[in-house]
Parts: sequence; structure tokens; C-alpha cells
Amino acid sequence: MSDYIVQFNNISKFFGKVIALKDVTMKLKKGEIMCLLGDNGAGKSTLIKTLAGVHKPDEGEIIFEDKKTIFDSPRDALDIGIGTVYQDLALVSLMSVTRNFFMGREPQKGIPFFKTFDIDTANRIAAERMGQIGIDVRDPSQAVGTMSGGERQCLAISRAIYFGAKVLILDEPTSALGVHQASMVLKYIVKAASEGLGVILITHNVHHAYPVGNSFTVLNRGKSMGTFQKKDISREKLLSMMAGGEELDKLEVELKEMDRISKN
Amino acid sequence: MSEKSQSIQSKKQSGHDERLKKISPLRVLLNRPELGALGGSILVFIFFGVVAGDTGMFSAYGTLNFLDVSANLGIIAIAAAMLMIGGEFDLSIGSMIGFAGICIAIPAIYWGWPLWMSITFAFAMAVLIGYFNGIMVVKTGLPSFIVTLAMLFILRGATLAITRLITGRTQVPGLRVLIEDDPIAWLFATDTFQWLFTWLGSMKLIELRTDGTPLATGIPPSVIWFVALTLFATWILMKTRYGNWIFASGGDKVGATNVGVPVGRVKISLFIGTAVASTIFACIQVLDAGSADTMRGTLKELEAIAAAVVGGCLLTGGYGSAVGAALGAIIFGTVSMGIFYTDVDTDWFKVFLGAMMLIAVVFNNYIRRKVTENK
Repeated sequence: MSDYIVQFNNISKFFGKVIALKDVTMKLKKGEIMCLLGDNGAGKSTLIKTLAGVHKPDEGEIIFEDKKTIFDSPRDALDIGIGTVYQDLALVSLMSVTRNFFMGREPQKGIPFFKTFDIDTANRIAAERMGQIGIDVRDPSQAVGTMSGGERQCLAISRAIYFGAKVLILDEPTSALGVHQASMVLKYIVKAASEGLGVILITHNVHHAYPVGNSFTVLNRGKSMGTFQKKDISREKLLSMMAGGEELDKLEVELKEMDRISKN
Repeated sequence: MSEKSQSIQSKKQSGHDERLKKISPLRVLLNRPELGALGGSILVFIFFGVVAGDTGMFSAYGTLNFLDVSANLGIIAIAAAMLMIGGEFDLSIGSMIGFAGICIAIPAIYWGWPLWMSITFAFAMAVLIGYFNGIMVVKTGLPSFIVTLAMLFILRGATLAITRLITGRTQVPGLRVLIEDDPIAWLFATDTFQWLFTWLGSMKLIELRTDGTPLATGIPPSVIWFVALTLFATWILMKTRYGNWIFASGGDKVGATNVGVPVGRVKISLFIGTAVASTIFACIQVLDAGSADTMRGTLKELEAIAAAVVGGCLLTGGYGSAVGAALGAIIFGTVSMGIFYTDVDTDWFKVFLGAMMLIAVVFNNYIRRKVTENK
């Protein structure tokens, strides 16, 4: 058995004439946090949707725990243990914490045809799970709408882990959060990885990615610019790679020029 | 200032805003969707208690009268509420009532079917039409408002055309004689607890006819159906997995789908629910009147939606309760009958209905803001 829990080898995806992804290779170990970095339109969304079973790759293969795998639907990916937390979190703000936590997978009790949703067990598990990550849900029947953005993100991640995710794909988990909220979420992600999960963290914020990531894959215009271990690359180098360094340099020159003109 | 020191600083304050969220008991109560309707119905009863307390409105006969009207509306309002919680509307409820009526009457009178067979046929048609509504909405992604508006016209038109084609008229009378000895018609046509009313009459506790039999003979079937459906719907919504799926489907369709809720199936089943509830309504009315009328149920869809809204259902879906819708129906039923006992002209009923709905929507909107408020 190889070290890798999941491998994506030479994945390509085309939409008509558009080459959304070309020859992207990515390998993830147990307990590793890999950050997938890229500017808007770099192909991050397409890549994670391919990993999550929404799109089928046109070329390349996905190897999960040493077995070649083909996903026909997001459900397949979910069943095998790839949990994806999308930006919208799939939480219903008018529903309670518990009802959200178990949405679609409610525990039941009772005799066939008269089975009821086992609310007490669900409440207990939801409160317990949220408690483990330091969010004290005093009343698991409170609406999710009353939670902070960070708490919601943690709820969505915690749900994915509870339902058997071995690989966690997180789409921009910190993009809408303030500094404190973001650090709460990042801390939780590190904790989840330390318990043996593989985490793919999609972000365009290097400042959030760099402190927690073990390795970094940079996407640019549908191609991978390589995967780098943390010791091999600096924060600044990553930033300039993902944004297209020259473009920023050019911008700097232009701004200086404008500055000079306005001063005159 | 570095990221770290900022996060440490905010952690110190977080003892209040993050860990210990204070929720006042009033807030918990306000979070119940049926609160507004409960308050409304209490107000309505106080009002009529004061204005019409001595007119016989609250006698056994009067009470059963307004309960019967409330219950009829309630049967369709509960189904409409469940569909609204699931995020959709059904404007074809009223037309479905008319259509179900002739599905019962024409086979029974003109084709010689036994009543139980034509009633079963009406329910089968309801399931088909509800399924069609649902599949159209789910597959095309069109707003249910449009799809069921089309069905409103189609069903009403078909009801009228078919009835005139077969009978040459717009009414089909003559059903009453068929009720006796029918194996299932009693479900929609029998007053229950008659022994209780007879006893109360013999004790002179309720008003009597001149021949000594009580004026109110028993609990009408609509009330029994209404109570049973309220309990059943509440059980489904609060206690079952399917109930959670209804809330999820209406609250966030995409999110629910992403976590594995079969949103399409849930919505289709709810459309079948409103069509079946309309058919129950039709059975009770047709068997009570002994005739089917092509215009029966006109505008009932809007009254059902109004009752659901007054009962706390949000128009955007994902929030509401069956008990709320039941209370909404009781408010409308009580006022529509109660107004006869007052000096107020009955023309004002619709004004009340509209005003009540407006107040309810404003109130519910406020509640939703409170519930989803991000801290």
C-alpha cells in the first residue's frame, strides 16, 4: 500500500472546446493538508467538482486507497469517503443545528412504516460533536441562522467528518470570515488532519493557507504549476506564482507611473 | 498588528459572544411559527365572545357550524402548508375540488358505478394530477406558481366541459340515496359521537328541536378529518425523517440535494398531498350536499394559502407548521360564520381576510429576520 490515500493522475476536463483542466496531478497523504491555490478562473472549482464526483474526468484516473475509482455521482464520492464542503455549506439557516447536522441522514427508531426521526439521539450527537471542537451549543434546536459564520463552517466540516469522510475537500472555508472566525476554522482543520484525515483546502488566500498547509499545489489557467512542500517554498513565492508574478510587477510599475503624473 | 495578537485579543472577548449565547424565553416562544396564529385565534374568540356571546354562536349547534367551516378549509390548508414548507405552491387546489367532485358524481350517477368505486377513482385521479404537477415543477424547474396556475384553468375547464358533455348541465345531483350501505362513503358522511349529543339533548344541556331531538346531531366528518390530518401532518413534520426532508427541500434546495435529500421526490409527494386533500374536501362536500357542482371549490386555493400564511408559513419555504395552518383555518372559519351573528355586514369578511393576511406576512417577516439574524 502506498502512502497516499488519494491520487489524481493526469486529470483533464474539457467543456466543448474549452480546456478547463489539463494534466493535473495531485497526491494526498493521510493527515496531510494540501492547499490548492489559484486565481479566479484557474480551474479550482472544476478540479474539486471532479474530485467530488460532480464532473467525470475526460482523461486521467482517480486512485482512492490504491484502487482505481470512477465516480458516477457526488453520492459515490460521499460513500467512498470523500466529503466535500462547498462554499454555500449546504446548511439551511431556518433549521436547527441538529436538523442540519443530520439532514438527509437522519437516525431513525421504531417499527417499520412508523419509524420516527430519533431527535434525542441526534441532539445528543450534534451537541457532543460541536462540543469537541469547542463550540458550545447549549440548545441544539436553535436555528443555524443564529450561529456565526465560523461556527457554521465548523458545523459543515464536523458533519462531513461524522458521516465518514476520510478525505475532506473544503472550498474557500475562510473567504467570508473575519480574522478570529477564520483562525477558529483553520484550527479545526489542523485538528481534523492530525486525527488522520486528508484535507484538500481550496483558497486564494495565501495568508490562511500557508500557516496550516503541508504542501501546496498551484493552478494557473487549467494547468498545475507543481506541488511544493512547505520547506521548499516561501509565502511570497507562492503569492507571486498564483497571481502571475509579472502581472503584479507590471501593475506596480504602472501605479508608480500614475503617481508620478498626478504629482506633476 | 499581526494576525496572531489580533486573534488572541478577540479570543478574550469571545467568552461572551461565542460560547454563551443568551436566548430569552420570549425569543424561544417567538421562534415557534404558530405563535402569531395562536394569538390571532385567541383575539378572534375574545372578540366574538364579547360581541356575539349571547347570540347562540357558541351554542353546540353554532360552535359545530363554525368548526365545520374551519375544518373544511383546514383540510386543504394543512396540505397547502406542508407544500409551502417544501418550497412550492399549489394554485390548482380549488379546481381540483371541483374536478374530484364530478369524478365521484358522474360515474356514480351516469355509469352506475358503486359509490366506493367512484370515490376510489377520484383519489386515483388526484394522485395522478398531483404527480403531474410535481413532476412538471421538478423536471422543468419552472415556478410552481405558473405550473399550477395552468392546472387551475385546465382542471376547471375540463370539469365544466366534461360535465356538460355527459350530463348537459353543470350540476350532478342524486348522490344522497347512494350513501347508505356503501362500504366507504360513511368515512366522509357520518356525524360521529351522536350518542353523546342525544344524551346531552336528553339532559336538556343543548338546544332541541320542537320534536325533542337535539339540533346538533353529532360531530361532522370534516372536523374528524381536520383533527386527524393536523395530528398526522404535525407528526410527519416534527417526528419523521421525511419531515426533515420537507423543511430541507424548502429551506435550501441545492444544499439539501448536496447532502443527499431526494428533493424531487419530496416535492412530488407534497403535490400529491394537496391534490388528495382537495379530494377529501370534495368527498365531504359532495356527500353532504348530495350533489356535485362544477364551480365547487372556486378560490379555495387562495383561502388555503392565506390560512397557511396566517399560520406562520413563509412564502419562501422552509418554515411553518401544520398546527399554525390549522389555527389559520380556524380564524377564517370562525370569522366567516361569526360575522353573521354580529351587526357587521358580511361583505366585510373579505376585507378582514386580506387585512389579517397582511398583518401575518409582516409579522412573519419580522420573525424570520429574528431567527436568521447573524451574530
